[in-house]
Amino acid sequence: MSILINHNSRVMTQGITGKTGQFHTRMCRDYANGKACFVAGVNPRKPGENFEGIPVYATVKEAKQQTGANVSVIYVPPPFAAAAIDEAVEAELDLVICITEGIPVRDMIRTRYKMQGKKTRLIGPNCPGIITPDEIKIGIMPGYIHKKGRIGVVSRSGTLTYEAVAQLMSLGLGQSTCIGIGGDPVNGLKHLDVMQLFNDDDETDAVMMVGEIGGTDEEDCARWIKDHMHKPVVGFIAGVTAPPGKRMGHAGAIISGGKGTAQEKLEVMESCGVRVTRNPAEMGKLLKSVL
Amino acid sequence: MKIHEYQAKEILRKYNVITPKGVACFSVNEAVQAAQQLGGDVWAVKAQIYAGGRGKGGGVKVAKSLDEVRQRASEILNMRLITHQTSPEGQIVHRLFIEQGIQIEKEFYVGMVVDRGRQRVCLMASSEGGMEIEKVAAETPEKIHKVFIDPIAGLSQQQAEEVAQKIGIPKQSLSGAVTLLQGLYQAFDETDASLLEINPLAVTVEQQVMALDAKMNFDENALFRHPEIVALRDLDEEDPVEIEASKHELSYIPLDGNIGCLVNGAGLAMATMDIIKLYGGNPANFLDVGGGATAEKVTEAFKLMLRNSKLKGILVNIFGGIMKCDVIAQGIVAAARDVQLTVPLVVRLEGTNVDLGKKILADSGLKIISADNMADAAQKAVNAAG
Repeated sequence: MSILINHNSRVMTQGITGKTGQFHTRMCRDYANGKACFVAGVNPRKPGENFEGIPVYATVKEAKQQTGANVSVIYVPPPFAAAAIDEAVEAELDLVICITEGIPVRDMIRTRYKMQGKKTRLIGPNCPGIITPDEIKIGIMPGYIHKKGRIGVVSRSGTLTYEAVAQLMSLGLGQSTCIGIGGDPVNGLKHLDVMQLFNDDDETDAVMMVGEIGGTDEEDCARWIKDHMHKPVVGFIAGVTAPPGKRMGHAGAIISGGKGTAQEKLEVMESCGVRVTRNPAEMGKLLKSVL
Repeated sequence: MKIHEYQAKEILRKYNVITPKGVACFSVNEAVQAAQQLGGDVWAVKAQIYAGGRGKGGGVKVAKSLDEVRQRASEILNMRLITHQTSPEGQIVHRLFIEQGIQIEKEFYVGMVVDRGRQRVCLMASSEGGMEIEKVAAETPEKIHKVFIDPIAGLSQQQAEEVAQKIGIPKQSLSGAVTLLQGLYQAFDETDASLLEINPLAVTVEQQVMALDAKMNFDENALFRHPEIVALRDLDEEDPVEIEASKHELSYIPLDGNIGCLVNGAGLAMATMDIIKLYGGNPANFLDVGGGATAEKVTEAFKLMLRNSKLKGILVNIFGGIMKCDVIAQGIVAAARDVQLTVPLVVRLEGTNVDLGKKILADSGLKIISADNMADAAQKAVNAAG
């Protein structure tokens, strides 16, 4: 089945008329079943227009009503992106993927608060998106590096996820679904949420989790794995050499108050039965060894 | 983004937070005048640098006469203040803060941060004022009381009162503590702060509740809506290399090693540092050129790395996605010609247009050590750096 998205997903782009939104909507439409999947765009100031044949609506609600879209991808600029998520949640979409980088934390706290008890799931913000190879790609990852298969990938980074995928591919291992959950401190789905979905997915045999310094998401996920996961999981954590108190690019990648070190995460993961490597060049090999 | 103590206190006073009266000064004469103007017979002379631990480092002194203010101020101003939060070389003190002396009855700790797990602002309070909160958290976690604040309702009177009672604020000072705590949260929220720390918070002999120190950091992503906070930025406090990097929208952090890294993406950049270390080398920096790197940006990135006199080699690790390898290769060639490369350069390209990128490098005539994967690249970089 893959998780969260497949060829039946119907997607709208919020921020379709901006340069980034246009570019990536085109790339996604040209990937696998993209032409059937990408059905609408949203821009409150340009209803009635279209982007290369994809109709633009004023609101998410209208786009959903007119096209049956159940998923949204957001490229709206940071000052307005949290409100764009709110609108998609209000319209009761199944899934929202927010690519936008640089949303204020205060905005995300309020957005997450409003999402309590709502059905919508959020991936991101500040993430590469999600891909079910050879079916559908929603986000900014290069599609061609992937191939359909039975390995799940969940990661907080962008290019490091591509690296992990490339290593899998060089060993002939395709992927069921790959998700970048993003590098911000306040976000939607965590490693743990995605791991639960992979555990229940009968097309996923094993999972690679790629984490980085900051927060305790990886530890929380590892503790859940110990008691519930019935598939092998391997992991890597970036930032063993990162000094405390320095923000490593991502807003969430910081060791603060002695918490969130890579060492600590690796130890917890190992103690919970997750096989880990400290060598980022061996993520693929490690995964192959547990199959 | 960080600001100075005196600036944080100025913001907090607008939110009904009581602080000692004080004046920021840039010279010894100004400091003496400030003490005169403040009146009284005891003053605190405080170094203004962003790093914490100023007191232990000798940057905060009490003066009991104007002569002593002069003496202390001349000792502290322009001193190289070394604390556990500064670099080993320390930070030169360019600004002083002269405050009226306060008679303290008891000290407390109050802090606010965003709790990632709960996705809310967390108020932390403790009876252990003046201590390093990390130490309290590690040794006596039961002495830290936490409140997770509802983003819509804010910090309620009841929550503020409860936490004040738990840390032992005396009964007659409770209403002052509530006003202060609610003011702190409002300030945190309205300024898009990422950290706020009052250590110590004091109850004075007059039972007044007062912020004796104040530290505020702000969410960089929200600065676009706070020009008043951007205006407080003190470039003397920042690493010149990091300032230069931010001008070119490069994320750059200098480290202790001698192998420069140029990478696209924060996660891959950290992993590249890690693998250099794993193969026996030491990374000289974290550098994420981002997703939209141009040839100009790559050139600037090379210039930044080459400022480091310890540099013995450079490792470029690019996984082209949206960013194409041929564009990066052109940038590398242009940069290598422009900046007079004096150290070995190892390049690993993967992803979109990788063959084209490799050809551009090979045809350039430059002495580039090319690598096929991350492990190969790290090994070659470590060998080349000797």
